[in-house]
Amino acid sequence: MSRAFGRHLTSRIMTILIIILSFTAVLALVLILGNLLIKGASSLDWAFFTKSPVPAGQTGGGVANAIVGTGIIVGLGALIGVPIGVGAGIYLAEYGSGRLGFLVRFIADVLNGTPSIVIGIVGWTFLVKPMGRFSALAGSVTLAILMVPMLARTTEEMVRLVPHSLREAALALGYPRWRTSLRIVARTALSGIVTGCLVGIARIAGETAPLLFTALGNLNFSVSIGQPMQTLSLQIYVYATGPFDEWHRLAWASALVLMGLVLIISLAARWVTRERYGGAR
Amino acid sequence: MVAPGNTRLRLETMRLTALFGGHRAVHDVSLLFPAHTVTAIIGPSGCGKSTLLRCLNRMHELTPGASVVGEVLLDNLNVYAPDVNPVELRRRVGMVFQRPTPFPTMSIYDNVAAGLKVNGKRPRRELDDAVSRALQQAALWDEVKDRLHTSALALSGGQQQRLCIARAVAPEPEILLLDEPTASLDPAGTQRIEELCHLLKRLYTIVIVTHNMQQAARVSDYTAFMYLGRLIEVGRTEEIFTKPKVEQTEAYITGRFG
Repeated sequence: MSRAFGRHLTSRIMTILIIILSFTAVLALVLILGNLLIKGASSLDWAFFTKSPVPAGQTGGGVANAIVGTGIIVGLGALIGVPIGVGAGIYLAEYGSGRLGFLVRFIADVLNGTPSIVIGIVGWTFLVKPMGRFSALAGSVTLAILMVPMLARTTEEMVRLVPHSLREAALALGYPRWRTSLRIVARTALSGIVTGCLVGIARIAGETAPLLFTALGNLNFSVSIGQPMQTLSLQIYVYATGPFDEWHRLAWASALVLMGLVLIISLAARWVTRERYGGAR
Repeated sequence: MVAPGNTRLRLETMRLTALFGGHRAVHDVSLLFPAHTVTAIIGPSGCGKSTLLRCLNRMHELTPGASVVGEVLLDNLNVYAPDVNPVELRRRVGMVFQRPTPFPTMSIYDNVAAGLKVNGKRPRRELDDAVSRALQQAALWDEVKDRLHTSALALSGGQQQRLCIARAVAPEPEILLLDEPTASLDPAGTQRIEELCHLLKRLYTIVIVTHNMQQAARVSDYTAFMYLGRLIEVGRTEEIFTKPKVEQTEAYITGRFG
């Protein structure tokens, strides 16, 4: 009797403990979001989204250049990184049991653990220096390099989740190997792969260090990928470390916008993996 | 229903040995599967019956380390000859597995059409006819004709297995291999699949692997008993079950081992 009571008590205590811990984890996000809202929301107006920065010391202006720049640099980076990363992931899962697969997997893991600033220096050495100038393109390629190993590994995981019986069923039906991999296996894992891509995009959207060495930043509005370009992360870096209150205000607002962007991408990832067909994973 | 193609089509193994690395899963099996009959392969777990089946459409070799010695003759042509493309072969030799394996991202219609589409583009009309014909052959048409474009995963286990049969027969193969097709089904589902065997043998040559001796007795014309990778005895089903010639066969079918 008392032993049963003891067990119930332990169960209760542990449940409460777990609830407290999960709230603590969520608390961090709530504090960050709340702080950004308080300090940044008041600066969000039409001009913020449509105007470029004004010279230092003046009030007004916006970060339209950074918002558009983030879109271009991250979009181009994803355009380069997604096909390579997803392709490598499918290769690793479907054909990567040999020595080459082991090597690719190992390299991807090492790259995944490489600090992004190091990737930035690599981008500077191999892109900016030979080209003779900082450019949005160099930034995109550097972000793509960051993204590829991440996508390769998550795609591999997702493709591996597809039951072996489905591969066999397709092969027994006269599907060639490559078509089985793409039409049946990768297609079945698609929602997981898309989620991986969106998470990867959200991740590179927030990167700053690699862009300092490559895209550099640009206080003027520019859409030329051969020229330096601003992103929200670079804008935050410059404004937050600058001496002016007006800049700090804009930095908070930019941080809020960037956070919102990442949040939207994450929500999109959730939406993609929502249950369809009543429980098809 | 009229049997298509060559009614004298023969499927035959000649001194077939299947290996997983150094392990012989099938040992020196020579076996003839007469056209338009159901041949059941029975035997205890691990006797090599599924491996033998997988050698017939060259699925065995897809397992890493697996290899085959000997021949499988389809119409007197060795399917292991160097100029035979296994992908082409598998379009002639359809297969259904233990567990239903509908493609989860496809509708019922697309599942059945999958094997047809992979053979090249066809006019929509032709595809529609082939899909409905295959579903009728699998005795599933009446149950799904109003929801062809809904997910195949919404079907019950037994329906899914019949869908897999429809998918396997849609490209009009010559041989149909069934690898314990009722292992995951309830009695009603099992009965429907068994009834199908009787109907489908007019169109196809069927080889069925089964754990269940009653099932072998019910559906097959010929029965082959395997033990430890070897073919112990083969003959007309009623003879195997009433007066087996080999002691081991009798011991197995009377339940003394296995």
